[in-house]
Amino acid sequence: MTSAVPGRPAGPSGGLPVGGAMRVMGSETEYGIHAPSAPGANATMMSARVIQAYAQVTRQRAAGGAETRWDYTDEEPLHDARGWTLERSQADPDQLTDQPPVLDAEAVALAYGRQELEADGEDESGTLLMNMVLGNGARLYVDHAHPEYSSPEVTNPRAAVTWDAAGDLVALAAVRRLAADPDLPPVNLYKNNTDNKSVSYGSHENYLMPRTVPFGDIVRGLTPFFITRQIICGAGRVGMKQDGSRPGYQISQRADFFETEVGLETTIRRPIINTRDEPHATADKYRRLHVIIGDANLSQASNFLKFGTTAMVLSLIEAGLAPKIEVHEPVAALQSVSHDTSLKATVRLLDGRRITALDLQWIYYEAAAKHAQDTGVADAVDGDGHTHEVLERWSATLTELAGDRAAAASSVEWLAKLSLLDGYRERDGLDWGHARLGLVDLQWADIRPEKGLYYRLLARDRMQRIVDDGLIQRAVTEPPSDTRAYFRGRCVSRFGAGVVGASWDSVIFDVPGRGRLQRVPTREPLRGTEALTGGLFARHREAGPFLAELLGLPPGS
Amino acid sequence: MAGQEQQQPQSRDTEVDEDVPAAPPAPAEGQASAATQGVDDLLDEIDGVLESNAEEFVRAFVQKGGQ
Repeated sequence: MTSAVPGRPAGPSGGLPVGGAMRVMGSETEYGIHAPSAPGANATMMSARVIQAYAQVTRQRAAGGAETRWDYTDEEPLHDARGWTLERSQADPDQLTDQPPVLDAEAVALAYGRQELEADGEDESGTLLMNMVLGNGARLYVDHAHPEYSSPEVTNPRAAVTWDAAGDLVALAAVRRLAADPDLPPVNLYKNNTDNKSVSYGSHENYLMPRTVPFGDIVRGLTPFFITRQIICGAGRVGMKQDGSRPGYQISQRADFFETEVGLETTIRRPIINTRDEPHATADKYRRLHVIIGDANLSQASNFLKFGTTAMVLSLIEAGLAPKIEVHEPVAALQSVSHDTSLKATVRLLDGRRITALDLQWIYYEAAAKHAQDTGVADAVDGDGHTHEVLERWSATLTELAGDRAAAASSVEWLAKLSLLDGYRERDGLDWGHARLGLVDLQWADIRPEKGLYYRLLARDRMQRIVDDGLIQRAVTEPPSDTRAYFRGRCVSRFGAGVVGASWDSVIFDVPGRGRLQRVPTREPLRGTEALTGGLFARHREAGPFLAELLGLPPGS
Repeated sequence: MAGQEQQQPQSRDTEVDEDVPAAPPAPAEGQASAATQGVDDLLDEIDGVLESNAEEFVRAFVQKGGQ
């Protein structure tokens, strides 16, 4: 008999097809935040207002309030995948992400100075909502000094693009809400990764992997791939060096902010491979690979390739089939690839060869294609339904990058931005240091369709759409059906008033008539799906009887 | 047809070659790679969308640290 309890371990055959682009994955986007009419406004406070504004939007949508608190019980930001735990006293305060950030006036003043608080122009004593779990299974919260959307867990790159883009619509709804409030300054949000004044903020990817894969294999297999995948999914940046002080254009928003090869930190000494080991799942079976090196993508095709190709390379690593390549001085190589938009520069391998980023990507492509074919997942008809498309787009993009850059500019984000910038340079005779080019770069990432330059290109079909607008809109409120995000999202939108907290691996209920809180663990990412729990939600409109059936409790006790 | 044409990767020192599947066709491009008059149109439209006073706007975009 199949139990609907999402916490129960999956059977051996309960997983996804292996060898290709399917795996449990998700995205995190920290948005750049700016209030042009209130320069100097406190960024953490403004970010909290964004969360607050979205809470108002969802309150209108769902009776009882589709918002809930984050449950911090299982956060372990100091666990290192290499097998140890950083002592709290040694940690940078930014790394202590397992404590609820209670933002009150005093905390803000301590962090950023009393003047900034007062520059905000109002008394903000008392606490603000910093954290929400959404009906689509995502988390929306204040991370450091930015609003962040963490997508629900999905199983394939197409869904990753869909629920990541849904986050941009969530952010847009909050921006619209704030713009309509006459008492608050309008806030702009940007899906980019740097202010070009030496600050960077992240776009992260998460991939579930079996814990049995040695971490050293992951580091060796991924590093050459991460040095070069920016040529297919970099978002492009006007300015060189962390502070953008050297004029020019480079492929990646993030490359100049990476300083080391492997490490635990995400805000200082950023590593190409991040070792944070919080599985948010059954810890002896899984690790969550936390990837911090990517650019935030608006281009759907670039985003699709970012998730799809990385998932395939992880499949290679799991099978012990990653290309045996070692790049000399990876951090310098990462930056030299980013700084060469001609794609002619070479990186030096430890065996003495010099090859281009395109060559290196082809080597990974061939290995991934062979493995996917051998495992049967790549078949256009009988495959897993995703890997074929990843391989097709991957090879087409690499081919276009070498021979037909105009064609590639409709999918590869850094090239699309570059062709727009080149248009300005030619028409107006601008050099790379000109402020208008810096503005084009910044405004490319404005999430408002009427202001965001990416969206202006999309409206003219100069960028490829690979997910229908309607599906993205639907993903704002609907969770993916095939992961535990379904259970989380449905609990929040159905039983909002009875759900007092949720996290990646739990939902906490406070139901009248039950003496204490009920914490429902969801430690298996592929349980809690619509197939397993849809019937339960169909049978119960009230949280009490729902919980009673789910947990096998006597009804109404 | 140019979009359908597939180039095999050139000059790499790698041993795998036989089992590489035939490269799949490139996806349709739509009107994505439009001609030059489209670029002029586009720039005219974007001129009207860009924030005024580029220099000041870009200078004021200052972020606190993030991940």
